[in-house]
Amino acid sequence: MEKIKVEHLVKAFDGPEGKTRAVSDISFSVEEGEVFGVIGLSGAGKSTLVRCLNLLEKPDSGEIIIDGDNLKDLKEKELTKRRQKIGMIFQNYNLLMQRTVLDNVCFPMEIAGVKKKIARKKALEYLNTVGLKEKAKAYPATLSGGQKQRVAIARALAAEPEIILCDEATSALDPETTDTILKLLKQINEDFNITIVLITHEMRVIEEICDRVLVLEEGKIAEIGEVKETFESPKTVALKRLLLTGQSDVLLSETS
Amino acid sequence: MEFNSVLINLLLEGLRDTLIMVFISTFFGYVLGLPVGVLLAVTDKTGLRPHPVVYKITDFVVNILRSVPFLILLILLIPFTRFVVGQSYDTIGTIVPLTIAAAPFIARIVESSLKEVDPGVIEAARSMGASNWTIIVKVLLGEARSGLLVGITISLGTILGYSAMAGAVGGGGLGDIAIRYGYYRYETKIMLITVAVLIVLMQILQGTGNILSKKIDKRK
Repeated sequence: MEKIKVEHLVKAFDGPEGKTRAVSDISFSVEEGEVFGVIGLSGAGKSTLVRCLNLLEKPDSGEIIIDGDNLKDLKEKELTKRRQKIGMIFQNYNLLMQRTVLDNVCFPMEIAGVKKKIARKKALEYLNTVGLKEKAKAYPATLSGGQKQRVAIARALAAEPEIILCDEATSALDPETTDTILKLLKQINEDFNITIVLITHEMRVIEEICDRVLVLEEGKIAEIGEVKETFESPKTVALKRLLLTGQSDVLLSETS
Repeated sequence: MEFNSVLINLLLEGLRDTLIMVFISTFFGYVLGLPVGVLLAVTDKTGLRPHPVVYKITDFVVNILRSVPFLILLILLIPFTRFVVGQSYDTIGTIVPLTIAAAPFIARIVESSLKEVDPGVIEAARSMGASNWTIIVKVLLGEARSGLLVGITISLGTILGYSAMAGAVGGGGLGDIAIRYGYYRYETKIMLITVAVLIVLMQILQGTGNILSKKIDKRK
Protein backbone atom coordinates (compact mmCIF):
# COMPACT_ATOMS: atom_id res chain seq x y z
CA MET A 1 0.00 0.00 0.00
CA GLU A 2 1.19 3.49 -0.77
CA LYS A 3 2.04 5.40 2.39
CA ILE A 4 3.45 8.54 0.81
CA LYS A 5 2.77 9.73 -2.68
CA VAL A 6 4.61 12.69 -4.17
CA GLU A 7 3.33 14.19 -7.40
CA HIS A 8 5.08 16.83 -9.53
CA LEU A 9 6.70 18.41 -6.53
CA VAL A 10 8.42 21.75 -7.21
CA LYS A 11 10.22 23.95 -4.71
CA ALA A 12 12.41 26.91 -5.63
CA PHE A 13 14.41 29.35 -3.54
CA ASP A 14 15.55 32.89 -4.20
CA GLY A 15 19.20 32.70 -5.11
CA PRO A 16 21.84 35.14 -6.31
CA GLU A 17 20.78 34.48 -9.92
CA GLY A 18 17.04 34.62 -9.43
CA LYS A 19 14.95 31.63 -8.46
CA THR A 20 16.72 28.30 -8.42
CA ARG A 21 14.77 25.07 -8.27
CA ALA A 22 15.90 22.92 -5.37
CA VAL A 23 13.35 20.29 -6.29
CA SER A 24 12.13 20.20 -9.85
CA ASP A 25 9.01 18.23 -10.78
CA ILE A 26 9.52 15.08 -8.77
CA SER A 27 7.04 12.20 -8.52
CA PHE A 28 7.45 8.96 -6.60
CA SER A 29 5.78 6.95 -3.90
CA VAL A 30 6.83 5.14 -0.76
CA GLU A 31 5.20 1.88 0.29
CA GLU A 32 3.95 1.27 3.81
CA GLY A 33 6.58 -0.38 6.00
CA GLU A 34 9.39 0.25 3.57
CA VAL A 35 12.77 1.87 4.21
CA PHE A 36 13.13 4.32 1.38
CA GLY A 37 16.45 6.03 0.72
CA VAL A 38 17.16 9.26 -1.11
CA ILE A 39 20.77 9.79 -2.08
CA GLY A 40 22.52 12.66 -3.79
CA LEU A 41 25.51 14.91 -3.56
CA SER A 42 25.18 17.98 -1.38
CA GLY A 43 23.04 20.56 -3.09
CA ALA A 44 21.03 17.93 -4.94
CA GLY A 45 17.85 18.99 -3.13
CA LYS A 46 17.58 16.10 -0.64
CA SER A 47 16.98 18.24 2.43
CA THR A 48 14.36 20.31 0.65
CA LEU A 49 12.65 17.16 -0.58
CA VAL A 50 12.42 15.56 2.85
CA ARG A 51 11.22 18.83 4.41
CA CYS A 52 8.42 19.03 1.88
CA LEU A 53 7.11 15.66 3.06
CA ASN A 54 5.89 17.14 6.36
CA LEU A 55 5.46 20.64 4.94
CA LEU A 56 8.30 22.13 6.95
CA GLU A 57 8.96 23.58 3.52
CA LYS A 58 5.89 24.61 1.59
CA PRO A 59 6.04 23.26 -1.96
CA ASP A 60 5.58 25.80 -4.76
CA SER A 61 3.47 23.28 -6.61
CA GLY A 62 2.69 19.58 -6.66
CA GLU A 63 1.02 17.26 -4.20
CA ILE A 64 2.09 15.40 -1.09
CA ILE A 65 -0.40 12.66 -0.33
CA ILE A 66 -0.10 10.70 2.90
CA ASP A 67 -2.52 7.85 3.61
CA GLY A 68 -4.66 9.17 0.80
CA ASP A 69 -4.95 12.69 2.25
CA ASN A 70 -3.51 15.57 0.28
CA LEU A 71 -1.59 17.65 2.84
CA LYS A 72 -2.46 20.77 0.88
CA ASP A 73 -6.13 20.28 1.64
CA LEU A 74 -5.64 19.88 5.39
CA LYS A 75 -6.48 22.74 7.70
CA GLU A 76 -3.74 24.10 9.97
CA LYS A 77 -4.97 22.03 12.92
CA GLU A 78 -5.28 18.82 10.93
CA LEU A 79 -1.81 19.36 9.51
CA THR A 80 -0.43 19.78 13.02
CA LYS A 81 -2.08 16.50 14.04
CA ARG A 82 -0.69 14.81 10.94
CA ARG A 83 2.78 16.13 11.64
CA GLN A 84 2.68 14.56 15.09
CA LYS A 85 2.44 11.19 13.35
CA ILE A 86 5.52 11.91 11.23
CA GLY A 87 8.65 11.69 13.34
CA MET A 88 11.84 13.33 12.18
CA ILE A 89 15.47 12.92 13.14
CA PHE A 90 18.28 15.23 12.16
CA GLN A 91 22.00 15.27 11.52
CA ASN A 92 22.56 17.57 14.50
CA TYR A 93 20.12 15.69 16.75
CA ASN A 94 18.30 18.95 17.62
CA LEU A 95 17.62 17.98 21.21
CA LEU A 96 16.51 20.51 23.78
CA MET A 97 19.78 21.15 25.59
CA GLN A 98 18.20 22.56 28.74
CA ARG A 99 16.04 19.48 29.32
CA THR A 100 16.97 16.06 30.57
CA VAL A 101 16.93 13.09 28.23
CA LEU A 102 13.62 11.95 29.74
CA ASP A 103 12.02 15.38 29.30
CA ASN A 104 13.24 15.47 25.71
CA VAL A 105 11.47 12.20 24.98
CA CYS A 106 8.38 13.53 26.77
CA PHE A 107 8.30 16.66 24.59
CA PRO A 108 6.25 15.33 21.64
CA MET A 109 3.75 13.85 24.11
CA GLU A 110 3.59 17.20 25.90
CA ILE A 111 2.71 18.79 22.55
CA ALA A 112 0.08 16.15 21.93
CA GLY A 113 -1.43 16.78 25.36
CA VAL A 114 -0.58 13.42 26.95
CA LYS A 115 -0.75 13.45 30.77
CA LYS A 116 2.62 13.93 32.39
CA LYS A 117 2.62 10.71 34.35
CA ILE A 118 1.70 8.57 31.38
CA ALA A 119 4.19 10.44 29.20
CA ARG A 120 7.03 9.73 31.62
CA LYS A 121 6.21 6.07 31.78
CA LYS A 122 6.07 5.77 28.01
CA ALA A 123 9.23 7.82 27.60
CA LEU A 124 11.11 5.36 29.80
CA GLU A 125 9.86 2.50 27.64
CA TYR A 126 11.13 4.21 24.49
CA LEU A 127 14.45 4.96 26.14
CA ASN A 128 14.62 1.28 26.93
CA THR A 129 13.99 0.47 23.27
CA VAL A 130 16.99 2.57 22.26
CA GLY A 131 19.06 1.22 25.15
CA LEU A 132 19.44 4.45 27.11
CA LYS A 133 17.14 3.99 30.08
CA GLU A 134 19.96 4.62 32.52
CA LYS A 135 20.59 8.05 30.97
CA ALA A 136 17.06 9.31 31.59
CA LYS A 137 18.14 11.97 34.07
CA ALA A 138 21.25 13.09 32.14
CA TYR A 139 21.41 16.23 30.02
CA PRO A 140 22.13 15.88 26.28
CA ALA A 141 25.40 17.81 26.57
CA THR A 142 26.88 14.92 28.55
CA LEU A 143 26.09 12.32 25.87
CA SER A 144 28.09 11.13 22.87
CA GLY A 145 26.84 11.74 19.33
CA GLY A 146 25.50 8.22 18.98
CA GLN A 147 23.69 8.47 22.30
CA LYS A 148 22.19 11.81 21.32
CA GLN A 149 20.89 10.31 18.11
CA ARG A 150 19.37 7.43 20.05
CA VAL A 151 17.59 9.93 22.30
CA ALA A 152 16.34 11.66 19.15
CA ILE A 153 15.03 8.31 17.89
CA ALA A 154 13.29 7.64 21.22
CA ARG A 155 11.79 11.12 20.95
CA ALA A 156 10.57 10.40 17.44
CA LEU A 157 9.04 7.11 18.64
CA ALA A 158 7.28 8.88 21.51
CA ALA A 159 4.76 10.41 19.13
CA GLU A 160 3.86 6.87 17.99
CA PRO A 161 4.59 7.84 14.42
CA GLU A 162 3.68 5.94 11.28
CA ILE A 163 6.50 7.54 9.33
CA ILE A 164 9.98 8.62 10.37
CA LEU A 165 11.97 11.02 8.22
CA CYS A 166 15.75 10.91 8.65
CA ASP A 167 17.71 13.94 7.51
CA GLU A 168 21.35 12.79 7.24
CA ALA A 169 20.81 11.11 10.59
CA THR A 170 24.18 9.35 10.63
CA SER A 171 26.33 11.89 8.81
CA ALA A 172 27.85 13.33 11.98
CA LEU A 173 28.69 9.89 13.39
CA ASP A 174 31.69 7.58 13.04
CA PRO A 175 31.26 4.39 10.99
CA GLU A 176 30.75 2.09 13.98
CA THR A 177 28.15 4.32 15.60
CA THR A 178 26.50 4.72 12.21
CA ASP A 179 26.07 0.95 12.06
CA THR A 180 24.40 0.75 15.46
CA ILE A 181 22.04 3.62 14.63
CA LEU A 182 21.14 2.00 11.29
CA LYS A 183 20.48 -1.32 13.01
CA LEU A 184 18.24 0.48 15.49
CA LEU A 185 16.33 2.17 12.68
CA LYS A 186 15.87 -1.17 10.92
CA GLN A 187 14.68 -2.71 14.17
CA ILE A 188 12.02 -0.04 14.79
CA ASN A 189 11.01 -0.28 11.14
CA GLU A 190 10.32 -3.98 11.65
CA ASP A 191 9.01 -3.97 15.23
CA PHE A 192 6.65 -1.00 14.92
CA ASN A 193 6.00 -1.24 11.15
CA ILE A 194 7.15 2.36 10.75
CA THR A 195 7.78 3.60 7.22
CA ILE A 196 11.18 5.27 7.03
CA VAL A 197 12.34 7.82 4.49
CA LEU A 198 15.99 8.63 4.88
CA ILE A 199 18.19 11.00 2.98
CA THR A 200 21.95 10.64 2.92
CA HIS A 201 25.03 11.19 0.83
CA GLU A 202 26.55 7.89 2.02
CA MET A 203 26.17 4.82 -0.16
CA ARG A 204 26.64 2.40 2.67
CA VAL A 205 23.67 3.79 4.58
CA ILE A 206 21.48 2.98 1.61
CA GLU A 207 23.03 -0.45 1.14
CA GLU A 208 22.68 -1.33 4.77
CA ILE A 209 19.00 -0.71 5.41
CA CYS A 210 17.10 0.61 2.40
CA ASP A 211 14.67 -1.40 0.32
CA ARG A 212 14.50 1.10 -2.50
CA VAL A 213 16.56 4.10 -3.45
CA LEU A 214 15.98 7.35 -5.27
CA VAL A 215 19.04 9.02 -6.76
CA LEU A 216 18.61 12.77 -6.81
CA GLU A 217 20.63 15.08 -9.02
CA GLU A 218 20.07 18.81 -9.33
CA GLY A 219 16.54 18.49 -8.02
CA LYS A 220 15.54 15.77 -10.45
CA ILE A 221 15.23 11.99 -10.17
CA ALA A 222 18.23 10.40 -11.86
CA GLU A 223 17.30 6.83 -10.97
CA ILE A 224 14.84 5.01 -8.76
CA GLY A 225 14.48 1.31 -7.94
CA GLU A 226 15.50 -1.62 -5.73
CA VAL A 227 18.81 -0.89 -4.05
CA LYS A 228 20.73 -3.91 -5.31
CA GLU A 229 19.61 -3.66 -8.94
CA THR A 230 20.07 0.09 -9.05
CA PHE A 231 23.57 0.05 -7.62
CA GLU A 232 24.72 -2.97 -9.63
CA SER A 233 23.84 -1.45 -12.95
CA PRO A 234 24.01 2.33 -12.66
CA LYS A 235 22.44 3.90 -15.73
CA THR A 236 23.20 7.55 -15.14
CA VAL A 237 26.37 9.58 -14.73
CA ALA A 238 24.91 10.91 -11.49
CA LEU A 239 24.83 7.52 -9.84
CA LYS A 240 28.19 6.46 -11.27
CA ARG A 241 29.71 9.56 -9.75
CA LEU A 242 28.11 8.78 -6.40
CA LEU A 243 29.32 5.20 -6.54
CA LEU A 244 32.86 6.36 -7.15
CA THR A 245 32.90 8.97 -4.38
CA GLY A 246 31.02 6.70 -2.00
CA GLN A 247 33.46 3.75 -2.26
CA SER A 248 30.48 1.46 -2.37
CA ASP A 249 30.91 -2.13 -1.26
CA VAL A 250 28.97 -3.25 -4.31
CA LEU A 251 31.32 -1.40 -6.61
CA LEU A 252 34.41 -2.66 -4.80
CA SER A 253 33.22 -6.26 -4.94
CA GLU A 254 32.61 -5.85 -8.67
CA THR A 255 36.05 -4.52 -9.42
CA SER A 256 37.98 -6.88 -7.18
CA MET B 1 28.20 64.73 59.78
CA GLU B 2 29.86 62.05 61.84
CA PHE B 3 29.77 58.39 61.02
CA ASN B 4 26.98 57.54 63.40
CA SER B 5 23.57 56.00 63.61
CA VAL B 6 21.96 58.92 61.80
CA LEU B 7 24.22 58.38 58.84
CA ILE B 8 23.72 54.65 58.93
CA ASN B 9 19.97 55.10 59.00
CA LEU B 10 20.19 57.51 56.12
CA LEU B 11 22.19 55.03 54.09
CA LEU B 12 19.93 52.12 54.96
CA GLU B 13 16.90 54.11 53.90
CA GLY B 14 18.63 55.06 50.70
CA LEU B 15 19.57 51.45 50.07
CA ARG B 16 16.01 50.33 50.68
CA ASP B 17 14.62 52.96 48.30
CA THR B 18 17.19 52.07 45.66
CA LEU B 19 16.39 48.37 45.89
CA ILE B 20 12.66 49.09 45.69
CA MET B 21 13.15 51.29 42.64
CA VAL B 22 15.51 48.92 40.87
CA PHE B 23 13.59 45.71 41.45
CA ILE B 24 10.12 47.11 40.80
CA SER B 25 11.28 48.96 37.68
CA THR B 26 13.06 45.87 36.37
CA PHE B 27 9.95 43.79 37.04
CA PHE B 28 7.68 46.16 35.15
CA GLY B 29 10.41 46.65 32.58
CA TYR B 30 10.15 42.91 31.87
CA VAL B 31 6.36 42.99 31.88
CA LEU B 32 6.62 45.47 28.99
CA GLY B 33 9.95 44.47 27.46
CA LEU B 34 9.73 40.67 27.41
CA PRO B 35 6.72 40.49 25.05
CA VAL B 36 8.30 43.14 22.82
CA GLY B 37 11.57 41.20 22.77
CA VAL B 38 9.70 38.01 21.85
CA LEU B 39 7.84 39.94 19.13
CA LEU B 40 11.14 41.20 17.71
CA ALA B 41 12.73 37.74 17.73
CA VAL B 42 9.67 36.06 16.22
CA THR B 43 8.93 38.59 13.46
CA ASP B 44 12.53 39.07 12.29
CA LYS B 45 13.28 37.58 8.88
CA THR B 46 14.92 34.48 10.34
CA GLY B 47 12.28 34.24 13.08
CA LEU B 48 9.46 31.83 13.72
CA ARG B 49 6.96 33.96 11.87
CA PRO B 50 8.71 36.63 9.84
CA HIS B 51 6.74 39.83 9.42
CA PRO B 52 8.84 42.68 8.01
CA VAL B 53 6.29 45.44 8.72
CA VAL B 54 5.69 44.50 12.36
CA TYR B 55 9.42 44.01 12.89
CA LYS B 56 10.39 47.35 11.34
CA ILE B 57 7.82 49.34 13.32
CA THR B 58 8.70 47.67 16.63
CA ASP B 59 12.40 47.98 15.89
CA PHE B 60 11.97 51.71 15.13
CA VAL B 61 9.96 52.46 18.29
CA VAL B 62 12.45 50.58 20.46
CA ASN B 63 15.35 52.48 18.89
CA ILE B 64 13.67 55.83 19.46
CA LEU B 65 12.99 55.10 23.12
CA ARG B 66 16.55 53.92 23.57
CA SER B 67 18.01 57.06 21.96
CA VAL B 68 16.42 59.47 24.43
CA PRO B 69 18.92 60.17 27.22
CA PHE B 70 17.55 58.98 30.54
CA LEU B 71 17.53 62.39 32.20
CA ILE B 72 15.59 63.89 29.29
CA LEU B 73 13.16 61.00 29.34
CA LEU B 74 12.67 61.54 33.05
CA ILE B 75 11.73 65.17 32.48
CA LEU B 76 9.60 64.49 29.40
CA LEU B 77 7.65 61.89 31.32
CA ILE B 78 6.80 64.10 34.30
CA PRO B 79 3.14 64.66 33.29
CA PHE B 80 2.71 60.98 32.49
CA THR B 81 4.35 59.93 35.75
CA ARG B 82 2.05 62.25 37.69
CA PHE B 83 -0.93 60.75 35.89
CA VAL B 84 0.12 57.19 36.70
CA VAL B 85 1.36 57.37 40.30
CA GLY B 86 0.27 60.83 41.40
CA GLN B 87 3.74 62.31 41.89
CA SER B 88 6.83 62.83 39.76
CA TYR B 89 9.50 62.84 42.46
CA ASP B 90 10.89 60.53 45.11
CA THR B 91 11.08 56.74 44.92
CA ILE B 92 7.57 56.15 43.59
CA GLY B 93 7.85 58.88 41.00
CA THR B 94 11.13 57.47 39.68
CA ILE B 95 9.79 53.97 39.10
CA VAL B 96 7.71 55.10 36.11
CA PRO B 97 10.52 56.67 34.03
CA LEU B 98 12.88 53.88 35.08
CA THR B 99 10.41 51.30 33.79
CA ILE B 100 9.93 53.18 30.51
CA ALA B 101 13.70 53.47 30.08
CA ALA B 102 14.29 49.84 30.98
CA ALA B 103 11.61 48.27 28.75
CA PRO B 104 13.22 48.91 25.32
CA PHE B 105 16.63 47.97 26.68
CA ILE B 106 15.17 44.73 28.07
CA ALA B 107 13.37 44.06 24.77
CA ARG B 108 16.72 44.14 22.95
CA ILE B 109 18.39 41.89 25.49
CA VAL B 110 15.53 39.38 25.30
CA GLU B 111 15.60 39.54 21.49
CA SER B 112 19.30 38.73 21.33
CA SER B 113 19.00 35.88 23.85
CA LEU B 114 16.17 34.28 21.89
CA LYS B 115 18.05 34.60 18.61
CA GLU B 116 20.78 32.41 20.01
CA VAL B 117 18.47 29.42 20.25
CA ASP B 118 19.52 26.78 17.70
CA PRO B 119 17.18 27.03 14.68
CA GLY B 120 17.47 23.23 14.33
CA VAL B 121 15.73 22.72 17.67
CA ILE B 122 12.94 25.04 16.57
CA GLU B 123 12.61 23.07 13.34
CA ALA B 124 12.46 19.83 15.31
CA ALA B 125 9.63 21.22 17.44
CA ARG B 126 7.77 22.32 14.30
CA SER B 127 8.19 18.84 12.85
CA MET B 128 6.54 17.47 16.00
CA GLY B 129 3.50 19.62 15.33
CA ALA B 130 4.20 22.21 18.02
CA SER B 131 2.24 25.45 17.70
CA ASN B 132 4.10 28.76 17.54
CA TRP B 133 2.95 29.50 21.06
CA THR B 134 4.35 26.21 22.36
CA ILE B 135 7.62 26.89 20.55
CA ILE B 136 7.89 30.39 22.05
CA VAL B 137 7.19 29.23 25.59
CA LYS B 138 8.87 25.83 25.70
CA VAL B 139 11.61 26.03 23.12
CA LEU B 140 12.65 29.69 22.80
CA LEU B 141 12.21 30.83 26.40
CA GLY B 142 13.17 27.42 27.80
CA GLU B 143 16.35 26.97 25.81
CA ALA B 144 17.41 30.60 26.24
CA ARG B 145 16.83 30.58 29.98
CA SER B 146 20.41 31.11 31.10
CA GLY B 147 20.91 33.91 28.58
CA LEU B 148 17.68 35.48 29.79
CA LEU B 149 18.91 35.33 33.36
CA VAL B 150 22.17 37.02 32.40
CA GLY B 151 19.95 39.61 30.72
CA ILE B 152 18.06 40.20 33.96
CA THR B 153 21.37 40.75 35.75
CA ILE B 154 22.53 43.24 33.14
CA SER B 155 19.17 45.02 33.29
CA LEU B 156 19.29 45.28 37.09
CA GLY B 157 22.79 46.76 36.86
CA THR B 158 21.82 49.27 34.19
CA ILE B 159 18.71 50.34 36.07
CA LEU B 160 20.75 50.68 39.23
CA GLY B 161 22.90 53.18 37.32
CA TYR B 162 19.85 55.05 36.02
CA SER B 163 18.29 55.15 39.47
CA ALA B 164 21.35 56.92 40.84
CA MET B 165 21.06 59.44 38.01
CA ALA B 166 17.46 60.10 38.95
CA GLY B 167 18.77 61.45 42.26
CA ALA B 168 19.82 64.57 40.37
CA VAL B 169 16.23 65.56 39.70
CA GLY B 170 14.52 64.64 42.93
CA GLY B 171 14.42 60.87 42.73
CA GLY B 172 14.98 58.92 45.93
CA GLY B 173 17.54 56.36 46.96
CA LEU B 174 21.31 56.29 47.19
CA GLY B 175 21.85 58.55 44.18
CA ASP B 176 19.73 61.17 45.83
CA ILE B 177 21.81 60.97 49.02
CA ALA B 178 25.08 61.16 47.11
CA ILE B 179 23.96 64.33 45.36
CA ARG B 180 22.18 66.08 48.23
CA TYR B 181 24.71 65.40 50.95
CA GLY B 182 27.85 64.70 49.02
CA TYR B 183 27.61 67.18 46.17
CA TYR B 184 25.40 70.07 47.33
CA ARG B 185 26.71 70.08 50.92
CA TYR B 186 30.30 69.23 50.10
CA GLU B 187 30.28 66.20 52.40
CA THR B 188 32.66 64.19 50.28
CA LYS B 189 32.77 61.37 52.80
CA ILE B 190 29.07 60.66 52.44
CA MET B 191 29.35 60.78 48.69
CA LEU B 192 32.18 58.27 48.75
CA ILE B 193 30.40 55.96 51.18
CA THR B 194 27.27 56.06 49.02
CA VAL B 195 29.26 55.27 45.92
CA ALA B 196 30.94 52.41 47.80
CA VAL B 197 27.53 51.00 48.72
CA LEU B 198 26.48 51.22 45.07
CA ILE B 199 29.64 49.39 44.03
CA VAL B 200 29.04 46.59 46.52
CA LEU B 201 25.42 46.33 45.40
CA MET B 202 26.45 46.04 41.76
CA GLN B 203 28.99 43.34 42.61
CA ILE B 204 26.41 41.33 44.54
CA LEU B 205 23.84 41.59 41.74
CA GLN B 206 26.29 40.60 39.02
CA GLY B 207 27.88 37.84 41.08
CA THR B 208 24.56 36.28 42.04
CA GLY B 209 23.33 36.53 38.46
CA ASN B 210 26.42 34.83 37.09
CA ILE B 211 26.25 31.98 39.59
CA LEU B 212 22.55 31.37 38.99
CA SER B 213 22.82 31.47 35.22
CA LYS B 214 25.68 29.01 35.27
CA LYS B 215 23.72 26.75 37.53
CA ILE B 216 20.66 26.54 35.30
CA ASP B 217 22.67 26.22 32.08
CA LYS B 218 22.86 22.55 31.08
CA ARG B 219 24.41 23.08 27.68
CA LYS B 220 27.90 22.22 28.87
